[in-house]
Amino acid sequence: MKVVYERPESLLDVPFTYCPGCTHGIIHRMVADTLDDLGIRERTIGVSPVGCSVFAYEFFNCDMVAAAHGRAPAVATGIKRVHPDKIVFTYQGDGDLAAIGTAEIIHAAARGENITVIFANNVIYGMTGGQMAPTTLIGQKTDTTPYGRSVEANGHPIRVCELLSSLDGVAYLERVSTHDPKHVLKAQKAIKKAFQYQVDGKGFTLIELLSTCPSNWGMNPLDSLKWLEESMLPYYKPGVYKDIG
Amino acid sequence: MSNKVLMKGNEAIGEAAITAGCRHFFGYPITPQSELPAYLSKHMPKVGGVFLQAESEVAAINMVYGAAAAGARVLTSSSSPGISLKQEGISYLASSELPAVICNVMRAGPGLGTIQPAQADYFQAVKGGGHGDYHNIVLAPESVQEIIDHVRLGFDLSDKYLNPAMILLDGALGQMMEPVDFGDYKPELQEKPWAATGCKGRKMNAITSIHIDPRDMEAHNIKLQEKYSKIRESEQKCEEWMLEDAEIMVVAYGLCARICKSAIRVCREKGIKVGLFRLISLWPFPEKKLDKAIDKVKEVFVVELSAGQMIEDVKLVDNGRKPITFHGRMGGMTPSVEDISDRIELIHDRITQKVG
Ligand SMILES: Cc1ncc(C[n+]2csc(CCOP(=O)(O)OP(=O)(O)O)c2C)c(N)n1
Ligand code: SF4
Repeated sequence: MKVVYERPESLLDVPFTYCPGCTHGIIHRMVADTLDDLGIRERTIGVSPVGCSVFAYEFFNCDMVAAAHGRAPAVATGIKRVHPDKIVFTYQGDGDLAAIGTAEIIHAAARGENITVIFANNVIYGMTGGQMAPTTLIGQKTDTTPYGRSVEANGHPIRVCELLSSLDGVAYLERVSTHDPKHVLKAQKAIKKAFQYQVDGKGFTLIELLSTCPSNWGMNPLDSLKWLEESMLPYYKPGVYKDIG
Repeated sequence: MSNKVLMKGNEAIGEAAITAGCRHFFGYPITPQSELPAYLSKHMPKVGGVFLQAESEVAAINMVYGAAAAGARVLTSSSSPGISLKQEGISYLASSELPAVICNVMRAGPGLGTIQPAQADYFQAVKGGGHGDYHNIVLAPESVQEIIDHVRLGFDLSDKYLNPAMILLDGALGQMMEPVDFGDYKPELQEKPWAATGCKGRKMNAITSIHIDPRDMEAHNIKLQEKYSKIRESEQKCEEWMLEDAEIMVVAYGLCARICKSAIRVCREKGIKVGLFRLISLWPFPEKKLDKAIDKVKEVFVVELSAGQMIEDVKLVDNGRKPITFHGRMGGMTPSVEDISDRIELIHDRITQKVG
């Protein structure tokens, strides 16, 4: 029998604990494939966040350090400054990266830390049960915006790629999606390119992956993918926001 | 051969760290510790080290977390308000059992307070400071020379026990210039097979402080508490000064203890039998020697630059055996030698019944 699908070496042989249909799993898989493809697993150190992916260190088969909520870019900075020859990535949700950790991500980007940030944007706080995130769309109902997010009360959602694109330390920024195979393929390429840039010492790279949270969106996995495409894509436009080449 | 150089307390922290093999510093500017980052920004590059000015104390302590996880000897420093901001990170260091040295060059609070010397962060330093059941190892130097010794000791103890160590001093000591000797100390750098260095040729290492199953979390807490017991057993440090025949025992630490020494000399000249019990390790609290010392005196006199924090631990050891009096200045004010010697004389007069 021909093997058509194999677990990448960079993933440990344990089942994901994410909810059914959650795209955190796909994103993990793409990162792991990249570490395998580039042959960098044994010199990579990952930093997991606080959020649903807090257990990323139980899935990735490379050295892992679990950061405090929002501080992964600072922790990654500490690691990278000790081991400039190693590959360092963070894996962060949108609450972690764009609310409590706003200062850390902006300054890591501004310093041009030669790290790669894998940013899963599911426009909600997953782990804590579905509260409003800084990325929550206008009108979107969450646990803490039961009448829908309003501009008057909550202001506007933050577009991270656009925000970071003005910083000189940034080498590569791309927003991709996970809602269909075509976009997943693009996402895979973007992740690989970001890690390759780090290997080449080009500076700060961040890939924003539009992601689902079926459990807290209150939808089944298929409807979630559809909602992502119809509601998130118009506001969070996929594309390359910076590429120094 | 003695090799004395004149150095400021804050600069001595930096040079001591370099001699202890520390090559990574992360910090955010705050008075009165600014000479330290200035010193290290100049000297770290000369030894191939890293000086990084972070965007905040929060970021700095998390960079420390990353560097410690990566296996480095790493230093950060701040002063009171900045140390408050670092507390979550320090709790994470303690739980993840990562070694690091944190200097708090204390100023007066609460709030923004003022930049003058104080010892009002004692509770924060020795009782945990952040959330959860944990302790920092806390050392309190009284001179610039001792700053050097304590920074080195802090790194060694921190590595030995895989626990954060704090050097607690006040702004006046940080600014003070004294002759010091760096000697020919060689750091004992340990193997760190647990560190995140890339998993080539071994299984992956994971460094985390999450234990989601309460049974695991309790087991982890028990392990930490066993470590703290060991530290309590082995690492208590103090100085007993002129205590052999003393009837009155002054208890103090840091620069405040030096003012007390001068006051004690004044009193000794007047024939008053008084001595000093100086805490060197604030945590572990030097309770074994203090316990014995209390037995030999008639009264205990605690002096602090606070409303009375360390005195609570003295009372626990005293346990009602001997009377304890207290003198504290707050808000950046320091007692003069006469302030202290006058009070010692009053205690002396009272216990020898000169006044009723
Ligand atoms: C200092 C601190 N504040 C708050 C929390 C609680 N908390 C845990 S995860 C989380 C939000 C996570 O949301 P996000 O980053 O979007 O990740 P997701 O779970 O959606 O993947 C919060 C607020 C915490 N652990 N620590
Ligand atoms: S709560 Fe949401 S983000 Fe978290 S695992 Fe479940 S679906 Fe994924």
